[in-house]
Amino acid sequence: MRELTYVRASSAQEAVEAVTADADAMFLGGGTNLVDHLKLGVARPGRLVDVSRLPLDEVETRETPDGPVLRVGAAVRNADLAAHPLVRSGLPALSRALLAGASGQIRQQASTAGNLLQRTRCVYFQDVTTPCNKREPGSGCSALEGYDRYNAVLGASEHCVAVHPSDMAVAMVALDAVVVVLGPEGERRLPVADLHRLPGDAPQRDTTLARDELVTAVELPLTDLAARSTYRKVRDRASYAFALVSVAAALRMDGDTVADVRIVWGGAAHKPWRAELAERALVGQALDEDTVAAAVDTELATARTSEGTAYKLPMLRGTTAHTLTTLATTEDA
Amino acid sequence: MDATIRLTVDGTAHEVTVDTRTTVLDALRERLGVTTVKKGCDHGQCGSCTVLLDGRRHLTCLTLAVAQDGAEVVTAGGLGEGEGLHPVQQAFLDHDGYQCGYCTPGQVCSAVGMLDEAKQGHPSHVTEDLEGDTDLTDDEIRERMSGNLCRCGAYAGILAAVREAAQA
Repeated sequence: MRELTYVRASSAQEAVEAVTADADAMFLGGGTNLVDHLKLGVARPGRLVDVSRLPLDEVETRETPDGPVLRVGAAVRNADLAAHPLVRSGLPALSRALLAGASGQIRQQASTAGNLLQRTRCVYFQDVTTPCNKREPGSGCSALEGYDRYNAVLGASEHCVAVHPSDMAVAMVALDAVVVVLGPEGERRLPVADLHRLPGDAPQRDTTLARDELVTAVELPLTDLAARSTYRKVRDRASYAFALVSVAAALRMDGDTVADVRIVWGGAAHKPWRAELAERALVGQALDEDTVAAAVDTELATARTSEGTAYKLPMLRGTTAHTLTTLATTEDA
Repeated sequence: MDATIRLTVDGTAHEVTVDTRTTVLDALRERLGVTTVKKGCDHGQCGSCTVLLDGRRHLTCLTLAVAQDGAEVVTAGGLGEGEGLHPVQQAFLDHDGYQCGYCTPGQVCSAVGMLDEAKQGHPSHVTEDLEGDTDLTDDEIRERMSGNLCRCGAYAGILAAVREAAQA
């Protein structure tokens, strides 16, 4: 591990300035991913700017012209957010997604912003002895011809087939969450849907943020649709494993037909994948396994699989159908 | 770069100078001689290094000591009152919640933290009603303890021990 200078920021502004001033600096939050990367040699910063004790740990409701939102500070721990009464009642997909991620200990340590910004668990990305375009641009992609079971099936490129590992981010996209970011030029807001990017020819960039932009909060609209949401994750073992595929969904029915629906997939792409084609195909339709499967297939028309990932398409189809039909039957409960 | 930090460990205050790259785990074991905390995988996957840090269960291999300046750490060695055992420790003894014992300090700390979370009403992945009461069924205990591996496979005893402690 490289020698490290450590500084604790006393304000978000000071943290941003410290990272702007030093091209070798990184923000340190809960550390559950970054400290591991320091040990593995995946991350090699010369300076860590600790933002974990900044006063960004509040969860509060705010009235806006578009209705109430839940504002979640960037430092709020995953365990606390999952257990928050307003999240459990008003944003159940978020609570479910958080509880499906990591372990009890890690959820107690990991922050909201850190969960969003965690990096892929692609085995080659984490193994510095192998080529990886995300870790070392231009070195090649070992996963393309290698162990491919966890690879992306949507939106991948010849340079990278990694998937984003977060459960929470998948739910946040389904809930129309907005991330609040502080940079050298001040504050800006962007939908979580626009935070993560597809790999293209720059897979080293997971997000659309500049390296010195600090996530300070996430805002989640408290809507009727969000209250009718859930998250379902499929994995190799019952607990403490990353998703093979996952589905965050929200549903509002009008009698027997779909009035409004959100479908976002995890384990499928380099970012949470909003299945907008499938959503559009379902609105106005009756909801059953056949209509969902047909809608999902419109979305999967552009999917590309290998031998190891072929299972993900029927798994996405089945999990989406199960999740939506379950939501439909429990909607009025 | 070195940094001088303060840690309270099992009730004893320490001041120690560490390299900024030192984890809490290595600071405890190698610098302060607190060997009740165990190093297993060193990558946050096994749970053997679990302690209670400022009251929360915590993987000491995944945090830098310098970032925890001022923290209060309780290891399995500091759970009981004086010479007495903590009820969770006694339950592990009574139910053979271990074989080799290496993962046990982490299991015990994790169980204590988990029981506290349950008392606060935290739901889990297997909780059917997110807004209902917390009922620590066997499935709930298994799910909430999934961050602690036991390679001897003493899970049946661990489950029985935690179940008893939960009912106490």
